[in-house]
Parts: sequence; structure tokens; C-alpha cells
Amino acid sequence: MIQNPQATRTHYLNVNYGIRSWLLTTDHKRIALLYLATITVMFMLGGLFAVLVRLELMTPAGDVVMSETYNKMFTMHGIAMIFFFLIPSVPAVLGNFLVPMMIGARDLAFPRLNLASWYIYTIGALFTLYAIVSGGVDTGWTFYTPYSTVWSGTNVIPVAVGIFITGFSSILTGLNFIVTIHRMRAPGLTWFRLPLFIWAHYAASIIMILGTPVVAITIVLVALDRLFRVGVFDPNLGGDPVLFQHLFWFYSHPAVYIMILPSMGVISEVTACFSRKRVFGYGFVAFSSLAIAFVGFLVWGHHMFVSSQSIYASLIFSVLSMVVAIPSAVKVFNWTATLYKGHISFETPMLYVFGFIGLFTIGGLTGIFLASLGTDVHLHDTYFVVAHFHYIMVGGAIMGYLGGIHFWWPKITGRMYSEWWGRLSALVIFIGFNLTFFPQFLLGYLGMPRRYHAYPEEFQALNVLSTAGASILGVGYLIPLIYLVWSMRYGRPAPDNPWGAKGLEWMTPSPPQTHNFTETPRVAEEAYAYSSPEVPVD
Amino acid sequence: MTETHPGLLHHFDDAAQQKEASTLGMWTFLITEILFFGGLFAAYVVYRTRFPEAWAAGSHHLDITLGAVNTAILIGSSLTMALGVHSSQIGRNRLLIAFLILTVVLGGAFLGIKAVEYHHKYEEHHVPGPAFSYPGPIAGQVQLFFALYFAMTGMHALHMVVGVGLLLNLIRQARRGRFTPAYNTPVDMIGLYWHFVDIVWVFLFPLLYLLGRH
Amino acid sequence: MSDHIVPRRTYYLIFAALLVLTAVTVAVAFLDVGPLNTIAAMSIASIKATLIVLYFMHARYGSRLVWVFLGCGIMWLGVLLALIMSDYVSRGWTG
Repeated sequence: MIQNPQATRTHYLNVNYGIRSWLLTTDHKRIALLYLATITVMFMLGGLFAVLVRLELMTPAGDVVMSETYNKMFTMHGIAMIFFFLIPSVPAVLGNFLVPMMIGARDLAFPRLNLASWYIYTIGALFTLYAIVSGGVDTGWTFYTPYSTVWSGTNVIPVAVGIFITGFSSILTGLNFIVTIHRMRAPGLTWFRLPLFIWAHYAASIIMILGTPVVAITIVLVALDRLFRVGVFDPNLGGDPVLFQHLFWFYSHPAVYIMILPSMGVISEVTACFSRKRVFGYGFVAFSSLAIAFVGFLVWGHHMFVSSQSIYASLIFSVLSMVVAIPSAVKVFNWTATLYKGHISFETPMLYVFGFIGLFTIGGLTGIFLASLGTDVHLHDTYFVVAHFHYIMVGGAIMGYLGGIHFWWPKITGRMYSEWWGRLSALVIFIGFNLTFFPQFLLGYLGMPRRYHAYPEEFQALNVLSTAGASILGVGYLIPLIYLVWSMRYGRPAPDNPWGAKGLEWMTPSPPQTHNFTETPRVAEEAYAYSSPEVPVD
Repeated sequence: MTETHPGLLHHFDDAAQQKEASTLGMWTFLITEILFFGGLFAAYVVYRTRFPEAWAAGSHHLDITLGAVNTAILIGSSLTMALGVHSSQIGRNRLLIAFLILTVVLGGAFLGIKAVEYHHKYEEHHVPGPAFSYPGPIAGQVQLFFALYFAMTGMHALHMVVGVGLLLNLIRQARRGRFTPAYNTPVDMIGLYWHFVDIVWVFLFPLLYLLGRH
Repeated sequence: MSDHIVPRRTYYLIFAALLVLTAVTVAVAFLDVGPLNTIAAMSIASIKATLIVLYFMHARYGSRLVWVFLGCGIMWLGVLLALIMSDYVSRGWTG
């Protein structure tokens, strides 16, 4: 009977035991797992609020909760999901784990800062949790003034403080990634040999660095306005509520690219691996990440078309919003071209890739409808917008995240997950997702406004479909939680490279030792040097 | 990979790489600060364009002498900081400590004068909020000016306080002989931070004190 | 960033220049030259900032990457200001 070889080998999980070795770790891999734990908790919290929202919306009348409570439900769903799940998800879990490994480094540039980032995130989350349990907040995740500063009677300040604090976690993570990628690449690893996952995280880090501080100071101004009635955004004193919206969206629009770019990085890696082909148009995909980061900062006014923003500014923002779609489309074309004549297989990560490509495309195209000024006047604040961003963030970003979790699960845990269950839950998620959100496009087009707990009778059928879909989606998300946790104990031990993938991270044992590499690797080949489709798989 | 000096951390290949990483990291952080203060500058520009009269009036009620003196003090503290870094580069530890102390003193003087100015504003009922009072129809807009005045100088002062704290810690470490010509990165980095905070004031001073003088 | 040691004399010169520029900007503030007041004040402040960055912060002797980073940060601030002002400036236009 063969002993489990891992029982004798030391790696980053078993090198130290005890809670102190985890809470005081500076190992980027352990920190990634700390993040995995906390963001999963916040995801479930956000999911709980979504369940309550969808429950209320099953019937036209507002009969499950009062409207004030409903306002809190969708607000806290948005806050938990955006700030505490989506923004950290891929970067803080997969990025933290993989960025040093993919570039042949022993750790990130600033390991202690990395740990501090996690503590900052957790403290911010705790503030927000406190605010939630002590009454909640009902301003919408966008906390527009003057409602948030003057009229709302809810816990705006604690949530604002929580988000302010957590923002620094994001900033420090981005800072760490940028310096690491610039200064700690292995010999021979030139910029254009880097995995596209790295390019994606570099671009997302630029956004974290440049955007987050602006929302941070905006939160400070809102807090000052609310606490001291100083009137920065108060029309009675000459303040302009729209100025708040400018400052808020300057960050919050690029924030959506923080959410999607790292997921796109995952898609590049997984697509190449399960097509056994290098990513088509590597340079284009790399530069498109930078282009998204750059142009993504120029479009925020498309959230403000009906806010009394000048129509000339709106015109500029509208055109730029069309332009920002182009680099995303470039990626989709290049991934598709990668698949063409590839040796394709349908492991679970690849199923999530297919889901991503299709659903992200739908979400992206519907964004064009919204970027168009005339159409947006009718669709603004309707369920069309809700469907649009859920297609991108859930159908896109979360699928990429789950695909990445599955793809690198053997490397992270040293265990294989159950492929059967993986494929089943991917399918359930795909079906549940579409059933939830496709009807919402129709609802929005028909005129149902968002953020209302009651609606006209004629919208009920579609809402019921949406709620049914949401219950399926919820189940779909619970299944991986179960089999992934199960696999950590009972899963088949993973080989170093179960997928036959290219990349420095796959040249280490599963799980890796604490310092990743026994000696610094030297890179001599291009990225994704998979054999051509004519030659048998290596 | 051997320990060449006490500061080398295990994940770096050599001291040069570590220093380069630290430098790039600090500059990246300072850039986030540019955007952080940038939000306040944006609010300032928007409202100044809208309410030039109120901005001129508000600016007139600030003490230009104290502001100018503070500017000179802060520039002086940047000089002493730079000289401190220089001292650490040539291994003059006692000189380093002296310059760091001088920097702290000048920083403290700046904050002291700021406190005096804030007190004046408080006495004149120019602190925004329920106690604010200003004669005439543009009172609301003047309150906006003072809201931004306190937000911008207050945030700046907060950064100064943090800076003084960092400097005090640096003095403590210097007295223990931590810094040598081979390893003075923390002095260098905190120097960068201090100069940046000075630069913010270089812009705050004309924007708040000078633009309504004539 | 290179460990180039800037001579102390340079620091004293820059310090003197900064004080002179401060005096100039205060003096100009008392003249009434219309929009030139703002331009002068901001120009002088920019020059002072540049001197501090180049000499006190050693950017003159540092890596070009730092220049790129700094340039990006300033450019992004410009984007923030320019696009926000594009709204406020054009609100009164017809249409």
C-alpha cells in the first residue's frame, strides 16, 4: 500500500500548524487562502440579501418586507457583493497565490503589506457587518447625495467607514502587484513572455491605484457632510449633488474593470490550456488589458446621462463608452481564435470559460445599448441595467473566478476535485443564471424600474421566472462549496501538473513549498508553448 | 543567497533589488495620494468656477502672513529632511538624528500655526456647520469655501501628523544604529513621503490663501 | 533608483530658490492682473513642486520608470479635472 507522498513532504500548508501561523503568515499563498475564507463569507451574505430581494419580487405587491427594508436589502446586496466579494475575488485569491509563482518569485514584493491588506479588508468588512446588524443602510450601494448625507436615517457612516477602510486593502494589493511584476520577474521572463493573467492583473492594479483613492476621499466628504452638515453636496448651500456622482463614478466605473480584468486573465490561461494552443494574438490581448484600464477611466459619465449632466459632456462620455467596448471585443475574438483548430477538452474550468465568453458578450453588447444616449434615457434605472451588469459581473467575472478556482485547485490544495460534480454545478449555474437574468432584460425593456419592491401586475410572470432562476443559481453556488471543501480532505492527491498546462506555477509540486521554487527558474520559451494540434498532447 | 546586511529580506535576490522595489512602492503610494487629494482639488475647482466671488471673499479671511510663514517652515523642513537623508548616505548618524529632530520640530511648528489659524476661524464663526455665520447673500457659498478649506488643510495636517509619527520612529531606529550607507532605505522612503506632503501644501497655499487677494 | 549622493550645496540652492519663488507668488497675489493671477500662482507652484521632485526627491537621478509613474499620476489627475469640468463648463450652453 503506497503511503500518501504528501504525508512526508513539507509544503506551505503543513509547514506550520496553529492559528497563529495563519494569522501572522507572510506567505502569499496562505494569505490567498485567508482571503478565500473571508470573501466567501461575504459572498454568502450578499447572496442572502439577493434571496430576500428575489423573494419579495415574486409577487407584484410589496408583501414580504416594507419598502424601507427592501431598500436595505438591495443596498446591502450590492455593497457586500461589489466591495467585499467581486473586487477582491480574483486578485486577492488567485492573484495573490499565482502572481509570484507565475513570474518565478519567492513571494510578492511586500509580504507584510500583503498581510496588512488582508487585515484591512477584514476590519472594513467587520465595520460593514456591524452597520448591517445594527439597522442596515438603505441608500443603494451608490449612496447618492443628498439622500445619503441629509435624509437617510440609516447607518451610512459605519458602512462608509467600512468601505473606506477596505479600499486601502485594494490599493495596497494593487501596489504590491505592480512593484512585484516590475521588479521581481525571473531571468529571461521579458514582458512579452509573461502569462496574460499577469498582464490582466497589472492592468487591474493600475485601476486600483488610480481610482480607489478618489472614492476614498469622496466617502470622507460624504461623512463630513453628514456629520457636520458642511454642505459640500448640499444644494441649499450651493453644493452640487452631481459633483458627488462625478467623484463617485470616477472610481466606480473603472471598478467594474477591476472586477472583470483579472477574470479575463483566468480565461486566457484556461483557454490556452484546454485548447492545447497558445493564445491567439498575444500582443493584442496584452495591450487590450491596458487599453481597458486606460479608456475605462474616461467613460464614467454614462452613469449620469439623466442626472442633469451637460449634454455635451454626455456626448463625449457616450462616444468613449462605445470605444471602451473595442478592447473587450478584441479579447473575445482572440479567445475564439485560440479555440479554432485547437485540441479542445471540456473539463470544468473550460465549461466556465465557455460560459464566460457567451455571457460576457451578451452583457457587453447590452452595455452598448446603454451607452447610446437616446436609448439610455428609457433604460436608465430599469431592470435592463440590472440584467446588463449581472451578465458581466456574474456571467462574466464570477464564472471566470470559479473557473480559475477549479483550474488551480490542484495546485493550491494538492487535491483533485470531483470532475463530475464540477461539470454538473457549472451547468446548473449556467442554467440558473440565464433563467434569473434574461427575463430582466425583457422587464427593463418593458419599463420595470429597479429598486422598487412593488411593481405592476403585468410584470409578474417574468419576475417569477427570475426568482425561480435565482433559486437554481443559489443551489448551483452551494454545490461547489460542498465538493471543494470535501476534496480538501478526501480528494485524490494531485500531481504537479494535472492539466499538462504551461506556466511556471505548474513546475512546482502540488501544493508548493513555502518559497515556491528551490532555485530561481530561468525562462527561455515564449508563453503558452503548447505543442501544435497536429502533434499528440504532451 | 546570504544576508549581506541586516535589512535584506529573504524573498529578494539582493539589496539593490530590495531598494528598487521599496522605491517603486513608495512612489506608487505617493501617486495614490495624488489622486486622493485630487478629489478635493476637483471639488475646489468646480466650486471656484461657480462661485468666484465667494472664493475671493473666503480667501480674504485667511491670514496670508501665517500661511506664508507656514510655507517657508515646510520648505525648511523639506531641506532638513533631505539633509537627513544625505547624512545617512554618508554614514553621519548623529547628523542624521539631528536633522530628523529638526524636521520634526519644523513640522510641529507648522501644525502649531495651523492650530492657531483654526482657532481664529472658530472664533470668527467660519467653521462650517450649524455655528457658521457670515453676512450677506453668499454666505452659503462662503461656507462651501470654508468646508473645502478645512477638508483640504485638515487632510494635509493629518498627513503631517502621520509623517511626524514616522519620523519619531525613524529617530528611535537611528539611535539604535539601524541605518548605514549600505542600508538607509526607510530614511529615504519617509523622506519621499515628507516631500510629497510638502508639495501638497505648495499647491494648497496659493489656491486657498492667494487667489482672492487683490 | 541609483544611490547618487546629491551634494549639500544643491539642496541649499534649491531651498533658496523655493523661498524666493514663495515670496514672488505672494507678491504677485497683491497685483490685480485678472486671469494671470491664477496662471502665475499655479505656474510658480508647479515650478516649486518640480524642483522638490527633481532634487529633494532625487527624481533627477532616479530610474525612468519613476518618471513614467509620476507622469501617469499627474495625467490621471488631469483626466479627473478635465472631464468633470467639461460638464460644468458646458452646462449653460444651448441645447
